[in-house]
Amino acid sequence: MKRAQFSSSLLPYLFLAPQLAVIFIFFYWPSAEAIRSSFFLEDPFGFGSTFVGFQNYIDTLTSPEYLGIAAFTALFTVLVTFFSLAAGLLLAVKADKVIRGSSAYKTLLISVYAIAPPVAGLIGMMFFDQHIGPFVRLAALFGWEMKVGLNYWDTTFAMVFVAVWKQIPYNFIFFLSGLQSIPASVLEAAVIDCRNGLRRFWTVLAPLLTPTAFFLLIINFTYALFDTFGVIDVMVKDKAANNPITLTYKVYMDGFRGNDLGGSSAQSVILMVVVLVLTVFQFRFLERRVHYG
Amino acid sequence: MAKIDIDHVFKTYAGGAQAVRDVSISIRDGEFIVLVGPSGCGKSTLLRMVAGLEEISAGEVRIGGRLVNNVEPAERDIAMVFQNYALYPHMSVRQNLAYGLKNRGTPKPEIEARVAEAARMLELEPYLDRKPRALSGGQRQRVAMGRAIVRHPAAFLFDEPLSNLDAKLRVTMRGEIKRLQRRLGTTSLYVTHDQLEAMTLADRLVVLNKGEIEQIGTPLEIYHEPASTFVASFIGSPAMNLLQGRSTENGFAIGPDLWRLATGPLDDAAITIGFRPEDVTFTRDMRAGPEFLLDYVEELGAQKLVHGTVGGQAVSATATAEFQPQESMRLTVPEHRIFLFSTATGKRLRTPITPMQPAGDFSPVKA
Ligand SMILES: Nc1ncnc2c1ncn2[C@@H]1O[C@H](COP(=O)(O)OP(=O)(O)OP(=O)(O)O)[C@@H](O)[C@H]1O
Ligand SMILES: [Mg+2]
Repeated sequence: MKRAQFSSSLLPYLFLAPQLAVIFIFFYWPSAEAIRSSFFLEDPFGFGSTFVGFQNYIDTLTSPEYLGIAAFTALFTVLVTFFSLAAGLLLAVKADKVIRGSSAYKTLLISVYAIAPPVAGLIGMMFFDQHIGPFVRLAALFGWEMKVGLNYWDTTFAMVFVAVWKQIPYNFIFFLSGLQSIPASVLEAAVIDCRNGLRRFWTVLAPLLTPTAFFLLIINFTYALFDTFGVIDVMVKDKAANNPITLTYKVYMDGFRGNDLGGSSAQSVILMVVVLVLTVFQFRFLERRVHYG
Repeated sequence: MAKIDIDHVFKTYAGGAQAVRDVSISIRDGEFIVLVGPSGCGKSTLLRMVAGLEEISAGEVRIGGRLVNNVEPAERDIAMVFQNYALYPHMSVRQNLAYGLKNRGTPKPEIEARVAEAARMLELEPYLDRKPRALSGGQRQRVAMGRAIVRHPAAFLFDEPLSNLDAKLRVTMRGEIKRLQRRLGTTSLYVTHDQLEAMTLADRLVVLNKGEIEQIGTPLEIYHEPASTFVASFIGSPAMNLLQGRSTENGFAIGPDLWRLATGPLDDAAITIGFRPEDVTFTRDMRAGPEFLLDYVEELGAQKLVHGTVGGQAVSATATAEFQPQESMRLTVPEHRIFLFSTATGKRLRTPITPMQPAGDFSPVKA
């Protein structure tokens, strides 16, 4: 193999510079800043800061409130990831049956992707509006008086529901294109080889979808942890105290509302480490089961 | 092993396109039937209806006497070989072969024995633990065959299994399929648009045209007794010459030319004359036949193909390698090798043909 070589050793760095600058300014610099300030106790009124070593970390990790929120975050992340993947997959499998061979449907369904996430988020919020939300009324029919923003578990339910609802179109499109890339004849061969549809799904379809599923798992996981900030913010409004929130939201609360920059920085560093460990874990242990065609 | 009866079968796709129209074939136990026809004539559709991958719009399909119209593909006791092989990419060759048996609850030692047997027959032993993507086209094709063989099904269904292979491998695999089918004696339905593949493989050929059966017969029957201009032009290479003309009392008028042949009574004056390139001989005798004007010559080594026109219509003929074609020659064909077809319907006219006495140079030729 012959490799293209740059005649000047500076040129490649010049090409990389814009990308490196973006990564540095928006990722490394803030991260470094977070790590630095996590070792300081910031004066709430802005009069200097004191070095406190690992005190912020110790305070955070020993706080029962923090541990409770961490437990809720784990639950929330697992629920959102699971249900948005499952719903996306289910819809994609159903849609795949309809649109195989008919491209008009395909274009129609793909266009969902273009408009969905912001609009879907808005619609999702409206579902749980105290006055006009159809979901609240539906629940009332069954004698369930939903108080989103007041009752802890009602809010949890609404938060998971809207977060899942927002993410479904994304998962749907990726699963659908994954399904569409499986040749029809392979599925037909499976129909001849195996009469049980469910078994066929797990032995042929699912293994061929693992690259898509693995990619989506990481994306959804990150989504549930970080990208649900807006959903939570709308639901808990200013009453975070007796409402469920995630760790990401707590970082924001403590940093910007509580003005505890040091503690908030320590929390975001912990969050960063957790995500790093989980991502490495996923690549090391789950990716082995992925079949790249 | 079983017979297959296809009885007045129709296929109408959503949208109203009729892909198969009133097709009836009864396939004997162990017979090798080839469905042949141009692209879009409904071969795959018919095969897929037998497999159960396509719903039967009307008519009945029976496999081994059992009506299968509403039977799941997996329960029809058939195995199919696809054009693109359709191997499961995430399974090794061994798993590909075993998958159909495993799902049917075949005991493990039995599966192993059958996989080993098929691997030996198809010389796949060195590749059993590879994934399909690490195999060549020919090897993948053999795995696809193996997947059908291990099942010991009542029938094999093939949809153009060789068309993704290169020319040389296609000839080899063609032989291998024929040999395996003979040895196993499994009833087979084979789809191809390659007339040479069809001729060499088939016990009986079914020629399809626009969803309808044009003719059923052994390869030689179809070659020697084509039922229509469609069959005549489709089977045989190079294709049969077809000349449109009119029947007159003096012979056949082909454009300005006259071919001195007499036929029995004809319903139709507008007829098409057919004859195979290999039955043509050339002469300089002005009274022997119509005039052939040379266009060009193709050298094939042992033979040459002479292309030209008769009465403005294209005609080709095979000749020996030594033959020296002239710009203008007379063409003759033994009369029992001449076929008559109705130009309107394309169907063969069963009319005897006799040569007419040459009129002599002095008598006026009236066309
Ligand atoms: N799903 C479908 N919906 C509508 N029409 C179809 C469908 N599948 C096939 N057809 C039509 O039915 C006719 C027969 O198709 P079929 O695939 O059986 O042809 P074929 O003889 O196998 O051709 P080829 O040699 O190109 O494979 C074609 O005109 C095709 O357009
Ligand atoms: Mg076809």
